[in-house]
Amino acid sequence: MVMFFLKRMGEALVTVWGVVTIVFFITRILGDPITLFVPIGATNAQIAALTHSYGLDLPLWKQYIHYVIDILHGNFGKSFIFGYSALQVVLQRLPATILLASTALFLGVLSGTIAGAVAALKKGGIAELTIMAVAVLAQATPTFWLGIMFILWFAVHLHWLPAGGYGTLSNLILPAATLGVFVFSSLARLLRSSILDILQEDYIRTARAKGLYPTTILCWHIARNALIPITTMVALLTGELLGGSVVTETVFGWPGIGRLTIQAIQASDFPVIQAAVFIDAALFVLINLSVDLLYQFLDPRIRSRG
Amino acid sequence: MTAPLLEIRNLSIVFDTAEGPLHAVNNLSYSLMPGETLGIVGESGSGKSVHIMALLGLLPSPPARVVSGEILFDGENLLKLTEKELRNIRGGKIGMIFQNPMSSLNPVLTIGRQILEVILRHTSMSRKQATAHTIELLDLVGISAPASRLTQYPHEFSGGMRQRVMIAIGLACSPKLLIADEATTALDVTIQAQIIDLIQNLKEKSGITIIWITHDISSVSTLADTLQVMYAGRVMERGPFSTVINDPRSAYTWGLLRSIPSPSMHSGQRLYQIPGSPPNMLSPPPGDPFAPRNPFATPRCHRDTPPLRQVPNSLPGHMAAAWYDLPALLSLHPEASDV
Amino acid sequence: MKDFFKTLLRSYSGCAGFILLSSFVVLALIAPWINLPDPIIGNLHERLLPPDWTGLHPLGTDPVGRDILSRLIYGGQTTLMVAFSAVALGAILGTGIGILAGFSGGIIDRILMRIIDIQLSFPLMMLTLLVVAVLGPSIGNVIIVLALTSWTRYTRIIRGQVLVLKEREFILSAKAIGASAFWIMRQHILPNVLTPVMVIATLELARIIIMMAALSFLGLGVQPPDPDWGQMLAEGRVYISTAWWIVLFPGLAILLTTLAVNLLGDWLRDYFDPKTRLKR
Repeated sequence: MVMFFLKRMGEALVTVWGVVTIVFFITRILGDPITLFVPIGATNAQIAALTHSYGLDLPLWKQYIHYVIDILHGNFGKSFIFGYSALQVVLQRLPATILLASTALFLGVLSGTIAGAVAALKKGGIAELTIMAVAVLAQATPTFWLGIMFILWFAVHLHWLPAGGYGTLSNLILPAATLGVFVFSSLARLLRSSILDILQEDYIRTARAKGLYPTTILCWHIARNALIPITTMVALLTGELLGGSVVTETVFGWPGIGRLTIQAIQASDFPVIQAAVFIDAALFVLINLSVDLLYQFLDPRIRSRG
Repeated sequence: MTAPLLEIRNLSIVFDTAEGPLHAVNNLSYSLMPGETLGIVGESGSGKSVHIMALLGLLPSPPARVVSGEILFDGENLLKLTEKELRNIRGGKIGMIFQNPMSSLNPVLTIGRQILEVILRHTSMSRKQATAHTIELLDLVGISAPASRLTQYPHEFSGGMRQRVMIAIGLACSPKLLIADEATTALDVTIQAQIIDLIQNLKEKSGITIIWITHDISSVSTLADTLQVMYAGRVMERGPFSTVINDPRSAYTWGLLRSIPSPSMHSGQRLYQIPGSPPNMLSPPPGDPFAPRNPFATPRCHRDTPPLRQVPNSLPGHMAAAWYDLPALLSLHPEASDV
Repeated sequence: MKDFFKTLLRSYSGCAGFILLSSFVVLALIAPWINLPDPIIGNLHERLLPPDWTGLHPLGTDPVGRDILSRLIYGGQTTLMVAFSAVALGAILGTGIGILAGFSGGIIDRILMRIIDIQLSFPLMMLTLLVVAVLGPSIGNVIIVLALTSWTRYTRIIRGQVLVLKEREFILSAKAIGASAFWIMRQHILPNVLTPVMVIATLELARIIIMMAALSFLGLGVQPPDPDWGQMLAEGRVYISTAWWIVLFPGLAILLTTLAVNLLGDWLRDYFDPKTRLKR
């Protein structure tokens, strides 16, 4: 168990290092770092000074070493817009993103689980048809458009909720619901098909032959097995939510990392873009690591292997 | 004369498929006395498993539909019971052992829980008593150090061990009837022998009534008092085990017996294979369903369905569904028995 | 092929998806020959006209007086062109790398799989944003970026298939008679992995259409004045309280296209899945 944990930790660190390297590759080789890292409108003297202070005049391998050392110190450079540490700029926006993503995840997982289970257990009924139709439609709906439609209906037309902003619960509802719909559709579809697969399993027949109550079969025999694909999906969705929130945050003016990234891109604030990508990737790696550990408890087959 | 524990009368089951009704079980009747061990033999699709699932109320409906008949168990018609009443019988009065011990146990629940839950469901034992009983059961089915095994998961058990656990589950509530559906098919030959030995012991100790379903006659030879051969949803022949195998009256039984390798065979001798393939039950042939594959079939076999009748000049209870006289035909064609 | 269409006709959702998608493709192809108002130059006297089903502008006009229907159809052209190119590029890249990884094994395989692990630990949107920010927005760059987010999905599955195929007799015997690795890959492995590639590609098409719309919506995709659905949404947002039709129709267009592709993709997956195939 400890060995497994250490091994996974090591792999996670390698992944983070890989992310850092890819970002380096993209910004220094794919793009022209001097134009990227120097604010627009700088004079030639300023360009020369900045090029030197960022070490952009050094050979590539030296730049890479400096870059990795800087990141180890949490130093992504100063934000051009805000004038202070890019990492700090990003970290200040982190709580808003986490609040939005976790609320959306909670709403989506709750509704998606119930809907998926109902659709599977009432197979062939009108409930299944309705739930699946909604899920298929929701899956095809772009989140940002759904957000705009929510604003159009609940804010502009009905005046029930604010169209954007941050701070109160009413500000949270629309963006969280928008992202939640996306979680709902993925989860409802996955859970329905996993439960239908599980119902075909021999051990469910055994459970029935034991005369167990349907609730016992559902809560123990089905649910315990269905938790495994759900966990995988939730981990995947969390990653998508962190990225997917970019558009939702933009639509609702939500002050999270996603909107910050867009602002940074529009202003060519590369230190901030780098820091945002790094934090997002690090979060994602962390989530995957926790999910791997969670599997240990969910699936005894993995436990004994690890 | 004691009453039978199980009596099936005129049971017919149909599966509604896209291509039309599939006649899985046709007018099946038989009875089982308390303490008797019945071996049911037949190919897949012979209706042997389907009628057991109907008995337990586990057939998915639709597509399955019981067209006619009754299943009397312990004085009750199981087909008339509600799902709730059936649930009280399943796992309680009737214990079940399934074919594939690898997939029949839930992979994410402990062995202890999977035995315990059936005891708690059907008896009034406390959790503590039930745990003690679980340990006794594991000991009974020959699992060593049973107490330490309770918290283990199925994947930590070997195939044979898992089937022992399945047997423990089947026996957990001291059922009146134990049904084993291809219980040893997925196991190695040596493990098969051990499991059959175990069942034999249990039978001698407790006098439990057993239905042992298999496609392999040799696997029930030490166990069964009565042998029943099924084909196309019908009983082709049934009777005391040794009588049926020594003096088969249905050409299908004869074919099954010929296709078992025996130690007396000389090298180079080919194993007999029943020609043709099982009938399409969407449109079963008229008459004797085995007639198209039967080298001894008479014109009448192709026309009328033979009833299951007492075989003349044999032990009482030896019944066969055949228009032809197999021993007479075999003596006319001595080369046939030598294929 | 005949069997293919026969079973397609039997599935309502697959059929609906196929018809919907083909009509979008046809509409985009014949757009220049339909007598549509200019999608780029508007008539300032006809600004923000609401939908008028019988008139010249059935879906209304935008803030600079351009016909929404015309922009939707031409925008569909861009969307489908970019999406199909990105999917094709991603599929070729992903399949090629997948075959290479599975076939060569060893260190090459390990490195490639590690790269995929790393890429999969990037939230896709962030990776896309980063690359677009560096390369600058243009149709070509959008295609490259979208293909880059897509290749891993093929590689993993194809590699798995190749690992299985590699042990099969016909490959072993081809090796035994001294066939070159490249020849075996092309002759024996490629045809055998085309089915999963097709299924993944269809499902990827839906994801890529949405992602492309998102990029354009954020101003990082197709640039004005070229019409594009995501960009139309972004422009219409400002007028949300007065001219709802500007944001409603482009969104519906994305939704319907994605829905059609998803329905078709789900059906394809079931069609090629041996498990469900037996039940048919």
